[in-house]
Formats: sequence, C-alpha cells, structure tokens
Amino acid sequence: MILRYVITRSKSKNDLHQNKADKHRLDFVRYFQHVKECIFPLSANLAASLASKDEPALISASNLTCIREERLLFDQLTIEINAGDIVQVEGPNGSGKTSLLRILAGLSQPYEGEVFYKNQLITQSREEFHQNLLYLGHLPGVKGEMTAQENLNFNLTLHGLHINSSEIEETLALVNLTGFEDSLASHLSAGQHRRISLARLYKSTANIWILDEPFTAIDKQGVHSLEQLFKAHIKQGGCVILTTHQDLLTFSPSQIKKITLDYLID
Amino acid sequence: MSVANLSYRAVFSLVLKRDLTIAMRHKDDIINPLLFFVIVVTLFPLGIGPEAQTLSRIAPGIIWVAALLSTLLSLDRLFKSDHIDGSLEQMLLSPQPVFILVLAKIVAHWLITGLPLILIAPLLAVLLHLNEQSYEALILTLLLGTPVLSLLGAIGVALTVGIKKGGVLLSLLVLPLYIPVLIFATSAIDTAALGLPYSGQLAIIAALFFGSLTLAPFAVGAALKVSTN
Repeated sequence: MILRYVITRSKSKNDLHQNKADKHRLDFVRYFQHVKECIFPLSANLAASLASKDEPALISASNLTCIREERLLFDQLTIEINAGDIVQVEGPNGSGKTSLLRILAGLSQPYEGEVFYKNQLITQSREEFHQNLLYLGHLPGVKGEMTAQENLNFNLTLHGLHINSSEIEETLALVNLTGFEDSLASHLSAGQHRRISLARLYKSTANIWILDEPFTAIDKQGVHSLEQLFKAHIKQGGCVILTTHQDLLTFSPSQIKKITLDYLID
Repeated sequence: MSVANLSYRAVFSLVLKRDLTIAMRHKDDIINPLLFFVIVVTLFPLGIGPEAQTLSRIAPGIIWVAALLSTLLSLDRLFKSDHIDGSLEQMLLSPQPVFILVLAKIVAHWLITGLPLILIAPLLAVLLHLNEQSYEALILTLLLGTPVLSLLGAIGVALTVGIKKGGVLLSLLVLPLYIPVLIFATSAIDTAALGLPYSGQLAIIAALFFGSLTLAPFAVGAALKVSTN
C-alpha cells in the first residue's frame, strides 16, 4: 500500500524528477524488503516453498485438535513442513509438545484433523511414511538385556538398514560409546542409553526426523555434534522436528521455524 | 549400508531371535512360569491324598488348569517391558508389517513358556497317576492348546498394556477365552483314558489353534495401536 502510494506520487511529478524518483523508489523497495525480512524471517522460506509448489510438503497437518484428560491442548493447528526445515516445538510442560509429535509420527490419533506425508494420508501410505520417518520419543527404546551393539543392530535392521559389525562400531564411536559396544545396556547410564538410540541418526536414510527432547541427558559436546548432524540432514533435503528447552546454538534464529503451544496459559 | 525391504521371514526371525536372546539373559521369564506349574501340580497330591484312583480322575484337569494359570502369569511380559522402555513404539513405527512382528513375539513367548511346560508335563502326569492311555492325548492337547493360550492371551495383553494396573483386567478378559480350550482338552484326555477315539476334541482344539493363529496377530496389532495412543 505504502509502496504504491509512493510510486503514484512520484509519477505525478514532472519528468525532471523522474530519474531521481525511480532511484528513490528502488531504494525504498530494497529497504522495504530488508525490513520485511527482519520482521518475518520465514517469508524467504515461504516464498521458496510457494515457488516450488510442485514439490509437496514432506509432512503436513490440517486442523489438528488434541484433547488430553478433558483439556484442550491445541485446536485447529495447521502445519506444513518442507524439506530443509528445522522446526522447534515450544511450550511449557504439559502444553502438548509430545502429543503433537506423536500425532505427527502417527503413534496417536488426533481428536480431529489429519496428517499427510507428501499429500497422502499417513494412515494410507503407512509403509512408505515409516520408511522415511525416524521418531525418537521420551523413551530410548533400548533393551537392558542386550548389548549396545545388539541394540543398534536390531533397531537399524528393523528399519531396513543392513550394516556390518565394523560399521556399527564406527557408528557407536561417533556417539562416544567406544569400549562399551559389548556392555549390556542395563549397565550403562541414562545418557548412554540415549546415545545408543541417537546413534541411529548417523545411519538413517529417513528424511523426516521427529525427535522428542533429543538432548536430555546428553553432554555439551554431544549436543554440539547433534546440531551439526541436524545441519547436514536439512542440507540433504530432510527436515527435523524437535522439542527442546535448550536453545539451538549453532543455528541462527531465522533458520528455525517455531511452533509455540501455549493454549493452556490464560 | 543399504536400504532393503526385509522379507517377512527375515523380520520374523529377527524379532524371534531378539526375544529369545532377551529371555535367555533374563532367565526369570523362563523359570518363573515353569516353577509355578510344577509347584501347583505337586501340591495337589499333598492336599488331596495319595489315592491313585482319585488322582488319576482329576489329573487332566489339574495339569490343564495349572498350565493355563502359569501362561496367564507369564503373559504380562509379552509386551509390558517393551512398552515401558519404548521399543514397542519403535516396532510399531518400523516399516515392517505389524502382524509379523507380533506373531514373532507370540511364537517367542510360546517357546519360552509353553514348550518347557509340554516337556515337563509327562513327568508330572506320573506324579498324578495319569492313565497310561492318556499320555498321548495329554501331549497332543498341550501341543495344540498352549499356542492358543499364548495367541489369545496376547490380545488381552495388547489391550491392557497401556494401563498401569492391568493385571486384574487381563485375567478377566483372557480367562473366559481360555475356557473352551480347557473343556475340550480335558475331555480329550478323559476320553483317551476310556480307550475311545478323541480325534473330535483334538480337531476342535486344532481349529481353535489355526483360527487364532491367523486372526490373533491382526487383533493384537490393532489393540497395540489403541494402547499406545
């Protein structure tokens, strides 16, 4: 509106001023774009996604409503997550972050609404969706009776990835578990359990990563290398959806999409 | 590293091997139901008295009721520990069909709890003066019947796995489903003791076995999805 106003006004001036006005207009457009980018950091992403509309959103949800224990956690939530996005779900404890992630992963049914993988309902394209999904919940999914190596091997094989034992050792080394390959998981700490389950990320071919509090019980160094891993993953056309109460330090704020759940706060 | 679709057999053996490994390292799972079975059966002669005639009359019932209760005792472990540590979620989210995963887990459960029971049952039958002609019927009914217990029980466990104290509910859900197996199995053993053919009863147990083998894994899969919701 303002822009058009400026332009029409400049046009109404006489020809002498025309050049100057054009320059002025150009400057103004640039300035306006800059301001817009400062205020709406997502618009660049959004424009890109609009431009390549033939590429369907990796994961999208429409009108999600979630009710737990007779409390409304979120209502009519519509999300679209594209390749290259890193999405942080924010909100206080009990605001429905985990519920949202579980609904997106297809573990829970929403009260209302639907989740789509590449514009197909996830319930209809279950196998394809699960092949491209890596979900790590609150619970590490590590069996105490099996060794670190066996746990990782089982989890990878179950998801259709065949890797040999030397590769498994390498992967465990990446999450600082060298020397613990053959220890029973029940003898390891909570942080090490989490590391065993996170080790899957290094070998995953899934493009959707849904991670619920991945940094719990992980030390600073581990958090840093995980963030590097996320960067590499989104660069390769994947997306990361995570909840964390920590700040993602190696990402600039403009890179991170945020979904804030604060329905409960009055 | 390669991404490949696993064959059903590969998925089945993967999960089966995992569950058996866990059971071998956590021997309580094997010993506890077996010990319960042995204790219950050996307590009866002590309580009732050593008359061979009375004991041989009630032997089929005692062995089958004890087998049923010991299976019930062991059912909880089928999905509970996987649910608690989150590996159940991961299995449901894997690209493999749920019924194969479930079937493998049930087969593992039967190998851990049902098979040792069948192996030890003839010994305990001696203790109860079971009629000599009934041994074959006892083994056959146990072979066909205990898998039914595991399969039907799995449905109950899958439905109650998300509930904190699902034990009572589980018994209420599962025991009525076990009654047909109990009736036909004991009736087969009794008929065999009279020297009559018992293939009719056996055929009904076989029908229950194949019916539950083909349908239970799907029911369990659906029940698990509800429970983890």
